[in-house]
Amino acid sequence: MYKLNLSEINAFFAKIAQNEKLYIPADNGKGGARYTEWAEGVELSNACNTERSAKDFFFPQTENLVDFKVNGKKIEVIDSREECEDFVVFGVRACDVKSFEILDSVYLTDPIDSYYKNRREHGTVISLACSAPEETCFCRTFGIDATKPAGDARAYIAGDSLYIEALTEKGSALLSSLGIAETDDTAAVYAQIAETEKKLAELPLAALEAKDFTKKQLDAFNAPVWAGLSQTCLGCGSCTFVCPTCQCYDIKDFDTGHGIKRFRCWDSCMYSDFTMMAHGTPRNTQLEKFRQRFMHKLVYYPMNNDGVYGCVGCGRCLKKCPISMNIVKVMKSLGEVTE
Amino acid sequence: MQKVMIERAAELLSSGKVNRVLGWRAGLFAHDNTPSVFTDAADLQANFVYNEFCGANLSKYLVKESDKEGTVAVFLKPCDTYSFNQLIAEHKIKRDNVYAIGVQCNGMKDVNDREKLEERCASCKSRKHVAYDELIGESGEILDSNRFDMVEKLENMTSEERFEFWRGELSRCVRCNACRNVCPACTCEKCIFDNPDSGSANKAPADPFEENLFHIIRAFHVAGRCTDCGECSRVCPENIPLHLLNRKFIKDINELYGEYQAGETVNERGPLVNYTQGDAEPSVVYERGNS
Amino acid sequence: MIEETLIPKLGVVTDIRIDTPDVKTFRVVGLDGEKPFIHVPGQCAMLSIPGVGEAMFSITSSPTNEEFMEFSIKKCGCLTEWLHKMDVGQEICIRGPYGNAFPVESDFKGRDLLFIAGGIGLAPLRSVINYCRDKRENYGHIDIVYGSRSKDDLVDYREIIDEWCADKDINVYLTIDREQEGWDGHVGFVPNYVKELDFKPTSTAVVCGPPIMIKFTLAGLIELGFDKSQVFTTMEMRMKCGVGKCGRCNIGNKYVCKDGPVFRCDQLDELPNEY
Repeated sequence: MYKLNLSEINAFFAKIAQNEKLYIPADNGKGGARYTEWAEGVELSNACNTERSAKDFFFPQTENLVDFKVNGKKIEVIDSREECEDFVVFGVRACDVKSFEILDSVYLTDPIDSYYKNRREHGTVISLACSAPEETCFCRTFGIDATKPAGDARAYIAGDSLYIEALTEKGSALLSSLGIAETDDTAAVYAQIAETEKKLAELPLAALEAKDFTKKQLDAFNAPVWAGLSQTCLGCGSCTFVCPTCQCYDIKDFDTGHGIKRFRCWDSCMYSDFTMMAHGTPRNTQLEKFRQRFMHKLVYYPMNNDGVYGCVGCGRCLKKCPISMNIVKVMKSLGEVTE
Repeated sequence: MQKVMIERAAELLSSGKVNRVLGWRAGLFAHDNTPSVFTDAADLQANFVYNEFCGANLSKYLVKESDKEGTVAVFLKPCDTYSFNQLIAEHKIKRDNVYAIGVQCNGMKDVNDREKLEERCASCKSRKHVAYDELIGESGEILDSNRFDMVEKLENMTSEERFEFWRGELSRCVRCNACRNVCPACTCEKCIFDNPDSGSANKAPADPFEENLFHIIRAFHVAGRCTDCGECSRVCPENIPLHLLNRKFIKDINELYGEYQAGETVNERGPLVNYTQGDAEPSVVYERGNS
Repeated sequence: MIEETLIPKLGVVTDIRIDTPDVKTFRVVGLDGEKPFIHVPGQCAMLSIPGVGEAMFSITSSPTNEEFMEFSIKKCGCLTEWLHKMDVGQEICIRGPYGNAFPVESDFKGRDLLFIAGGIGLAPLRSVINYCRDKRENYGHIDIVYGSRSKDDLVDYREIIDEWCADKDINVYLTIDREQEGWDGHVGFVPNYVKELDFKPTSTAVVCGPPIMIKFTLAGLIELGFDKSQVFTTMEMRMKCGVGKCGRCNIGNKYVCKDGPVFRCDQLDELPNEY
């Protein structure tokens, strides 16, 4: 493991930023944290996690797909894709790193999404083990170990030091280029892991269990609880937009005045036009839209992905839903009725 | 309070006076209550909650609820009663189908910083219930609020500073539409931003100025009708102080047309939908713009 | 950079046929004059006009047609209205093929086939019907029941009369919803007609049309002794990507764009009733 004193962390960031863009969680001045491009003066936040998820790095909210020029009956298709620049994201928590795997399962399976792949290949993820999980955290429910996040490299902050170890070739190439000292004395790391594990076990949602619905698709779908759960849902997209695993998108054309830009943007199954066709929509009421979101994460996605859930327990929807409805409440209700 | 409210709600249900009660349902913690419709006493006993985390303004739900069969009882905090009145004035709520119970409010706590009051409560405009069929607890007075302080600060900025301020705030917008969907003044059946034929129905900014336009257009559309309930800022996942846009309009209306509070009464015509000879001339825009 | 399915190829419209007051059939070839791509019967393609929109359409022509691709399109929304207004020579963006296909080389092989279509529902079936006609030796007896609101709403009427009806070993049964001057054929709804015709439940059936017609036809077939596993249909949902990633066309855990649009009716029963 590499080790450096926390007082040198800015020098460490500066060294990475010399070669490629570096993003770290920094305080947003509003009591939360947000991924910010590192520059002299940008400090690593102490927040448990960023308000927006890390999916933006690989699946940004809007992204240009292709350009067109139209001239009478003639159309010109302009492939404006470019290789993305190398970048590093530091400080990604275990839940968000796991969300990349879920996004990969969608975007890197045939036919591969070249836009996503481009960013994924050029990005290096340095994860950061959790030491102060919050009451809204429930990653353990999905078998995620907050003390051992995946990524290209993983870091620990223990005592007055930053410990960091490479997990992939990409991570090892990056770390070995930085000239940091290596150490065998990792006792502080293990002490911190043990301490964090204790905290994780004592979280209010520690006992939350994910039920296996993969053989009970219709039971879950037809459960009477959806009416109550979705009753006051506003149909906004905040849960989907803060969610690290929500990956649905819309494709739209934008007339720039000089041509047509075809871009994609995050979409939300909570929105009324999500499944709207010329002759109507199969999901007429908010109940159906709401149900789709949770069925996707808890039933459909696991059915198609060997039982892996489409939720990583980051707790963002617990904090951000305007009516405080969320996947934990859904899991509890659904678990009870389909016993 | 909570106990009295539950008893009263159960009574209203059992007497048949109402067939549903709109209130707040307890969550996983003390601070994540969900607006909910209750139909039986046992459910009320077990799950109804009224504490300092019941910020959700229930009046907008009445647009749909009052259109259903039977009478619905609803609990309204003082500021919620302004929205309630305004919606009645706009013929969005069927008053006869609603039994409104005013409930005392001592200010709601900020979910993100639970020691603090929400901003809208720290600068509360009124503890008075302006509409109710019955009251639980005390109704207070209209308060001398400092709610325009930040608007004044913005007014005193140079236009460049102000532009920077709003660009900074609005650039975080993710177009989740939470502000619009929660807003009691946003009750269009089909919003222009949802209409694919409008040319402005993008879900995300196609160019960097678009999210600004969304909020500016929305602020204009609710101007004169916004009661300053503050729900837009409460629900914003990016903590954008959207209420400041609305407060600027309210402050301007007060200055140009005389003191006016939307939702204070049901019968009054708002200054923006009424003509009087003393109204400000359109040229006021230039005069104020130059100052 | 690797090939990207979301970036369309260009095609050009070489012929436009008016089928009914609201259905036109468009013939499309690539800019090189070749067919834009190879497909199997039942598959779809994304057609788009930049600035207007993009949508999924069934490929109406049979894969055995090696010269061009055809799309029978009903005017019902923004893009389709635009397509109906365009002229021959218009370039058009096209990508695909998307979706699974009718099991023409497996389940259908050696079987008697019963095709049942209503209205524009003939569009996806025309591809498979012509494929089976061209590989006639692979299939048993073929029956086709096709109905529409009126005589004028029968899509591909000329081809049906001139070619399908002329085939000796194919029976074509046409019907329209209401009596009409100049029509001496059958009058009545498709589901009832299917029951009247009393088909033997030994064949494999393919049903396509409006949801309500599919529902009642399926019920009729079951009355005649068909098992749901003998009946295939195609589904329609809103689509954006066409490759199971944009997340909107699912019925339960199946994406219509990728796992469909062709489903066997007994398989549909295992999915949530949300279509």
